[in-house]
Amino acid sequence: MSKPFSPKVVTANALIEGDVIYLAADDRWVRSLTEAEVLTDEAVAQLRLLDASARPAEAVGVYLAEVADGPDGPQPTHFREAFRATGPSNYAHGKQAEG
Amino acid sequence: MYRYTDFDTAFVAERNRQFRQQVERRISGALTEDEFKPLRLMNGLYLQLHAYMLRVAIPYGTLNSAQMDQLALLAEKWDKGYGHFTTRQNIQYNWPKLGDVPDMLDALAEVGLHAIQTSGNTIRNVTADHFAGAAADEIADPRPVAELLRQWSTDHPEFQFLPRKFKIAVIGSANDRAVIKAHDIGIQVVERDGQIGYRVLVGGGLGRTPMIGKELSDFVPQADLLPYVEAVVSVWNLLGRRDNKYKARIKITVHEHGVEEIRALVESRFAETKAAFGGHDVALFEEIAAQFAPPAFRNAPTEVYDAAYATDPVFRAWADTNLSAHRIDGYAIAQISLKAHGETPGDASADQMRVMADIARRFGHDELRISHEQNVVLPHVHKSDLPAIHKILKANGLATANIGRISDIIACPGMDYCALATARSIPIAQEIATRFDELKIENDIGELKIKISGCINACGHHHVGHIGILGLDRAGVENYQITLGGDATETAALGERTGPGFSADDIVPAIERIVEAYLEHRSGREESFLETYRRLGMAPFKLALYGEEAAKKARAA
Repeated sequence: MSKPFSPKVVTANALIEGDVIYLAADDRWVRSLTEAEVLTDEAVAQLRLLDASARPAEAVGVYLAEVADGPDGPQPTHFREAFRATGPSNYAHGKQAEG
Repeated sequence: MYRYTDFDTAFVAERNRQFRQQVERRISGALTEDEFKPLRLMNGLYLQLHAYMLRVAIPYGTLNSAQMDQLALLAEKWDKGYGHFTTRQNIQYNWPKLGDVPDMLDALAEVGLHAIQTSGNTIRNVTADHFAGAAADEIADPRPVAELLRQWSTDHPEFQFLPRKFKIAVIGSANDRAVIKAHDIGIQVVERDGQIGYRVLVGGGLGRTPMIGKELSDFVPQADLLPYVEAVVSVWNLLGRRDNKYKARIKITVHEHGVEEIRALVESRFAETKAAFGGHDVALFEEIAAQFAPPAFRNAPTEVYDAAYATDPVFRAWADTNLSAHRIDGYAIAQISLKAHGETPGDASADQMRVMADIARRFGHDELRISHEQNVVLPHVHKSDLPAIHKILKANGLATANIGRISDIIACPGMDYCALATARSIPIAQEIATRFDELKIENDIGELKIKISGCINACGHHHVGHIGILGLDRAGVENYQITLGGDATETAALGERTGPGFSADDIVPAIERIVEAYLEHRSGREESFLETYRRLGMAPFKLALYGEEAAKKARAA
């Protein structure tokens, strides 16, 4: 039996600013993980990944990141994605500073 | 100090002009990321976890005050007000925006700096002893050699697509302060029968497969150095494993073929390169060397220093840890620690950079150095100026008296910034420094070098730390492995793993247990951590870390 598909979001870095972006359901790139579209179906996720990869003028290094869907929207399951979603731990820079 | 020639200035300006257009074409969509990435890497621009990162080369770690002021300007104008000095004597900006990078590069060019070949499979920034030209134990200043190598390697047509990156370090004394045994090529200035020449090591490196460099030649005459180094890189360029990036570095080539075979190939190739160079390199070396003439040292009394040393305990503590012997009487080499307890190793704010530039201008013959240990060095200061310098440093959070102590930690950026990292390094360094500062036992512990890497690539030099810490991702959780007994000097050695790793919460207490074991077992205050480890081996430290069972196994082994 194949492993059940764990929820994903489409994420990348913005071309100009370089900061972490996520794909929202309405096709906008958003800066906050909580606004990202949560993909629970593997086929849909692959399709969304393809769509996002076709926007090279906006995003660099597009991939699917695993999340856990919670009451406040998607939450990172791995610490790397947690840092990407907040910023570095030595200064209040990056997303945590932007609020 | 070396000043750009018209050729250098024109070369950098042309590269900047090209890169500006490449950035414009990327933003307009004319270049894809796949096309653009190798171009941006050639110019030191990475895309990291949260942002772009620009790595600027500081050739052989030498800066003048105008250059340091300009680094401050970049930090303030295009970044978040600080810069990060690295273990390869470079500076990294963690937050530039793509569209601003061409302006940053133009600003750097104004003071003779650039970011060329700070990335990619090329010959990288040539590093050198940060005490070059000042150290009491020096045979000759290694920087003219480093500058010659920089000019030769920059845009070298044969070496733009090497099997992998290639790092060269040069020292001018028997004491190795530039970790030459962990470089692809390590060069040591030596003297034989009154002639200057070079001992050449090859195949050192850290990372996934750490290796200590092996001696390729015990004496290459001064006039032969450049064709000899070209022969080495050329032999590897053909032999190097392009099929597997983990086996592509020259350390693997040397390991697989043996140093004797490599030596034979190099000597055969050298016959060709020597003929091809035709002596132009020797003339160029003489021109370069003339620019590294020592400054006009002054002869003045040192009573002010002696008085401050006798009466001011804070100054004395700083002088005891942060000063080193200068080759001129009355002078000292002063290190400015970028390791204030609890702060990020290697970071300096724009204001601090300006303060350091100003001190160099007023008191330091306009010279600054960046050490691979991520500190700043004032290579030439007269002792009578040290109390005034210390006062300024103190007022700007730069007077931490901990050079060579347990809180003088090398740490790579780790997962706080780096896209390759598997765990964080910076918070571990901050916590260790804060903890031992609270315990107030740093001076009692004496010399102890902790080096932390946030992944196997070992930018934090963990293998050669007296205590090395390697951060890994173990099933989605940060885990820290410890090695003991590493040594980054002329007696270089790779550390040995203690056993299973520790969680982020447990790693600082684990380090504390190692230090307690050292304090308990050392023969006296004069026996350093490394000496104690070499005398006793792993067993007492395993016992301290893992308890009786593990220690028994260590003793049996």
